[in-house]
Amino acid sequence: MILLLNAGVGVLILSLAIFTILARELFAAAIGFITCGLLLTLIWVQLQGFDVALIEGAVGGGLTGALVIGSAARLEMVEATARVERLGAPVQVAAALLAAVVAAGLAACVFALPESPSTLAPEVTANIDRTGVANPITAVLLAFRAMDTLLEAIVLVFALIGVWSLAPDRVWGGRPGPGWYSDPDGILAYAARILPPVGIIVGIYIFWVGADHPGGKFQGATILAAMWLLAARAGLTDAPPISRTLLRMTLVGGPLVFIAIGLAGAAIAGAFLAYPDSYAKPLILAIEWALMPSLTLTLALLLVGPPQRPATQ
Amino acid sequence: MSVVLDIVTVLAVSTGAFFFLAGTVGLLRFPDTLCRLHALTKADNLGLGLVVLGLLPRAGGPSAGLKLIFIWLLVLFSGATVSMLVAHAAQNDDPHT
Repeated sequence: MILLLNAGVGVLILSLAIFTILARELFAAAIGFITCGLLLTLIWVQLQGFDVALIEGAVGGGLTGALVIGSAARLEMVEATARVERLGAPVQVAAALLAAVVAAGLAACVFALPESPSTLAPEVTANIDRTGVANPITAVLLAFRAMDTLLEAIVLVFALIGVWSLAPDRVWGGRPGPGWYSDPDGILAYAARILPPVGIIVGIYIFWVGADHPGGKFQGATILAAMWLLAARAGLTDAPPISRTLLRMTLVGGPLVFIAIGLAGAAIAGAFLAYPDSYAKPLILAIEWALMPSLTLTLALLLVGPPQRPATQ
Repeated sequence: MSVVLDIVTVLAVSTGAFFFLAGTVGLLRFPDTLCRLHALTKADNLGLGLVVLGLLPRAGGPSAGLKLIFIWLLVLFSGATVSMLVAHAAQNDDPHT
């Protein structure tokens, strides 16, 4: 029975993926992509990867979904023109060849995997006590593979700088987003008043339990960012000008604390990002606490987009 | 006792699944946006409510059970909000719907 359900979800995801690629309308493709992401969370749950399922639901389905819908809405004006343009046969053949080569390469990699998968899980279990955290995923992300997490946090800030760089010169340093407005007595404003108190608690809870159970800063930060975005969409709050010093310090604060702790590890424990044995847990918590506001702000501002209005408005 | 709880689970989850099925059929078959929203909200509110009710005996503790109910309430709230927003948008697009 479970096998049948799993196979059903697998078939659904594959057909949705094909639909997303073939869909003529951008908006339909965006919805297909989001649904794909949500179904993927089911697969991760079935694989017992609850942390990945949470992140797939929050970031893959929710946050990326909102970004994709936003881009589809922006491209609506040029969609009709783009559809009339047909690519020449050589380009189509080249694209098909490229896609086939990539697919063949991926398939070759899958078949080249060793029969008995090499796993580091036993070593993680053997050494997890030294980190002081109980959730193995958190231990991997912030102790054994802390470098990856550090680079991820930095990449997000770079992505935001990339988005900002699309701003026209005259609004540089100004406020992102169009300055949304909604009826103050309308349903959106109502939801934006009721939901954030609940969402903030859920977000902080998911962040807090991350040390010992599935959850963590990325999932928590996504929920907090979504709550702020809801209030901004309803016109209850506005994005700060990106030239504000406090905003920029918050953005880089988390990665900077992470790097500082890493450098201190190089001096004290003998390697970059190594934690002295008895201080592992407090240091991991310090990094998480420092990253949380940075991530929340980065994700929220990524969704709002480049500055569109001068700061004085 | 556990047999009774099992029966409750099976009954409630099956009825919930039926509502989801009916809601999906309605979503596919109903003629306009407002009717489709009507079908969808039945699936969300009643279907999920029944599934949650059926899972309560298996939640393994009051804290997990409360979380399940909380999830249902959140879905109720967001479902109602989104339905109203979609209905508004549909009405603005076409005053006849």
